[in-house]
Amino acid sequence: MVFPYTSPMHNSSQNAATHPQKSRVASREDAGREPVIAVESLAKEYRVYDKPEGLLASISGLFQRKSRIVHALRGVNLSVGRGEFVALLGPNGAGKTTFLKLLSGIITPTRGTAQVLGHVPWERVDDFRRRFALVMGQRNQLWWDLPAAESFRLHKEIYRIDTARFERTRDELVDMLDVRKILLQPVRELSLGERMKLELVAALLHEPQVLFLDEPTIGLDVVAQHTLHRFLTHVQAQRQMTVVLTTHYMKDVAALCERVVVITHGDILYDGSLDEIVDRFTTHKIVTLDLDDTPSLERMERFGFPCEIRGPQVILRIDRPRIAEVLPEILRSERVRDISVEDVPLEEIVAALFRSEAAQPVTTHQEART
Amino acid sequence: MTAATPSAAAHSRPRPFEGLRMWWMMLVISLEERLAYRGDFILGTLMRFLPIVTQLFLWTAVFSATNAADIAGYSRNDIVAYYLLTMITRAFSSMPGLAGGIARSVRDGSVKKYLVQPIDYVSFLLASRIAHKLVYYAVAVFPFAGVFFLCRSFFPPVPDAATIAIFLLSLLLSFLLGFFLEATLGMLGFWFLEVSSIVFAYMLLQYLLSGHMFPLDMLAGIGTGIPGVSLGSVVHWLPFEYTAYFPAAIWLGKIHGTELIRALVIEAVWVVVMAVACRIAWRRGTRRYSAFGG
Repeated sequence: MVFPYTSPMHNSSQNAATHPQKSRVASREDAGREPVIAVESLAKEYRVYDKPEGLLASISGLFQRKSRIVHALRGVNLSVGRGEFVALLGPNGAGKTTFLKLLSGIITPTRGTAQVLGHVPWERVDDFRRRFALVMGQRNQLWWDLPAAESFRLHKEIYRIDTARFERTRDELVDMLDVRKILLQPVRELSLGERMKLELVAALLHEPQVLFLDEPTIGLDVVAQHTLHRFLTHVQAQRQMTVVLTTHYMKDVAALCERVVVITHGDILYDGSLDEIVDRFTTHKIVTLDLDDTPSLERMERFGFPCEIRGPQVILRIDRPRIAEVLPEILRSERVRDISVEDVPLEEIVAALFRSEAAQPVTTHQEART
Repeated sequence: MTAATPSAAAHSRPRPFEGLRMWWMMLVISLEERLAYRGDFILGTLMRFLPIVTQLFLWTAVFSATNAADIAGYSRNDIVAYYLLTMITRAFSSMPGLAGGIARSVRDGSVKKYLVQPIDYVSFLLASRIAHKLVYYAVAVFPFAGVFFLCRSFFPPVPDAATIAIFLLSLLLSFLLGFFLEATLGMLGFWFLEVSSIVFAYMLLQYLLSGHMFPLDMLAGIGTGIPGVSLGSVVHWLPFEYTAYFPAAIWLGKIHGTELIRALVIEAVWVVVMAVACRIAWRRGTRRYSAFGG
C-alpha cells in the first residue's frame, strides 16, 4: 500500500509505507516530522433502513424496505504529527465516532485512505494493533466479573509485555490515578469514574504510540474529570503519545488539547488551535455591571444589547470592536459599583460554530503547524 | 499474520512459548470468571440429572408393555447404561450459551474488542470453553460418580483398553465438533440480529438425531423413501450423532472394526469442516460488520 502523498515534504513517509521496517527506525529519528496519522479523502456511507410505524407497515416492511444512505464522513483530510493532542468536536451524529472507528480499524471506509503508524488500520495486522489503543465506552476491555488486576494480566499476554516492564508501567499508572485499592475488586462493583480510570490503565499498559479516546469524561463528576485531565496530560507528555479524543465538554478541550478539529455533517469545518477559534468566532464580549440604581432598558441600550436587567444588575452583550470606546462611556455616565468583562463561554462559541455555515473548512492545517 | 515481526517497542520481543502463555492466561482468566458464580453452577449441574429419571421410567414402561427382551439390540440394562453414557458425551459436546453469547457480543458491540486487540476471537472462545468445561467436570465428577456407582449393575463389563482409548478420542472430537458447530451458529449473528430461533432449530434436530432421545440403532429399520437407504444410514453421515450416540455406542460395544474406523473418520472430517466454516463465518462476518456498522 503506497499512500498517495503529493507534497515533497512527505517523501520519508512514502518510503515508510513501502518499507515498514525502515519506517520504524525513521519514526524514532525524525520524530514529529512524519505524520503518525495521515488521512486522505476518507468517506464512510451507511445504508440505513427506515422502520415505518404501525403493524401493517411493519408487515409490508418484511417484503420491501425503504433505505437511504447516511453520509457519516464525506471525504475528510487530516494529518496528525507525533505527540499531538487533538480534540474532535461536533454535535451528535456529526461523524466523530465513525472517524475514530475508521482510525482504529473497526470499520472500513467507503472511499479514501488512511494510515496510522504506517499501517492501514482496517487491515488489522497485529503489528499495528499492538501499538495503539482505543477506549470507547465503559465496558470495553475490562472483564466485568473479575478484578481489574486480572484483566491487566491478560493484557500483558495479549500485548506480549515483558514482565519487568509490565509491572513498572502498571504500578506507575495505578499510582498516578490512585486506584491501587480497587484493583482487586470485581469491576462490576465499581463506580463509573473508577471504571474509567481502570479502562485507561488497561489501555496504556502496552505503551501505545497512538491513543483514541471516545468521550472519556462522559458522566464523570468534576473531581474525576480533573483527575483524568491531569493524568492524560502527564502521560501524553511523558511518552510523546499521539492522542485523538472526542468530547462534548469544553473543559476537556481547554485542559488537554492544543488542536481542535470540528466536524459537522461529516465534514471538517475547522482545524486549528482553540485560541484561534475563540479569536475567529467571538464577535462580542459579555459585560456584567453592578449599578447604584435600577436602570431602564433604553438607558442600557445605548451601550449594547442588554441580555438581562435584574434590579441594579445588568448583563450586556457588546460587539468586540466597540468595547474600547463603550467601557469608558459606561464608567463616565453610570455610577458603577462593580464591572467585569468576559469572553463568551466556549460552549456558546462552539455551538455557534456547529451551526455556522460561514466557517470555511480548513484543510491545509498541517503545513502551518509542522 | 505478522505476529513474529519485531516492532519498535522493546516489549514486543517474541519469547518462547508465546502462544502457549497466551492460551494459558485465557484459560486462567476464564476459570476465574467461571468460579465467580459457583452457586448457580453447582445447582445447574445437579439439575442435569433430573431428566434422566423420567427417561428411565419411560423405558421401563416400554419394556414391560412389549414384553420383549430387547429393542433394536438394546436390553433394558443397555438402555439405562446408554442414557447414562450419553450424559457423559453431552457433558463434552454441549456448549450452553456459546452461540447466544457470540451473537450478543455482535449485537452489543463488545466484539469490537477482538478487532482492536491483537487477539483471535475463535481461539479465545475455545480457550474459555475449555476452562468452562474443566470447572464443570471438577464439580460434576461427584454426582456422576455417585450415579454411575449406584447404577453399576446395568453396565456390561468394562471394555478393553483399546476401546476405552477410542472412546476417549471420540469424546475429545465430540467436544471440538460441538464447539465449532455452535460457534458457527453464533457467527450468524453478524447477519441476523437474533440467532435464538436458529439455535432452537439446531437444538431440535440435535435432540432427535444425536441419539440424545433414543439409541440411533432404532432408526435402522425406518425407510427414507429411497430404496435401500434407511434413516439410520443417513444419520451416520450427519454430524449430530457424534455429539451423543457415537461415544456411548463405542463403550457399549455396538460398533466394531471398519464401521468404527469409518465413523471416527467421519467425525474427524466434520470437526475440520466445522472449524473451517467457523473461521470463514468469522472472516466474512467481521468484513460485513466493518462495512455496515461497527
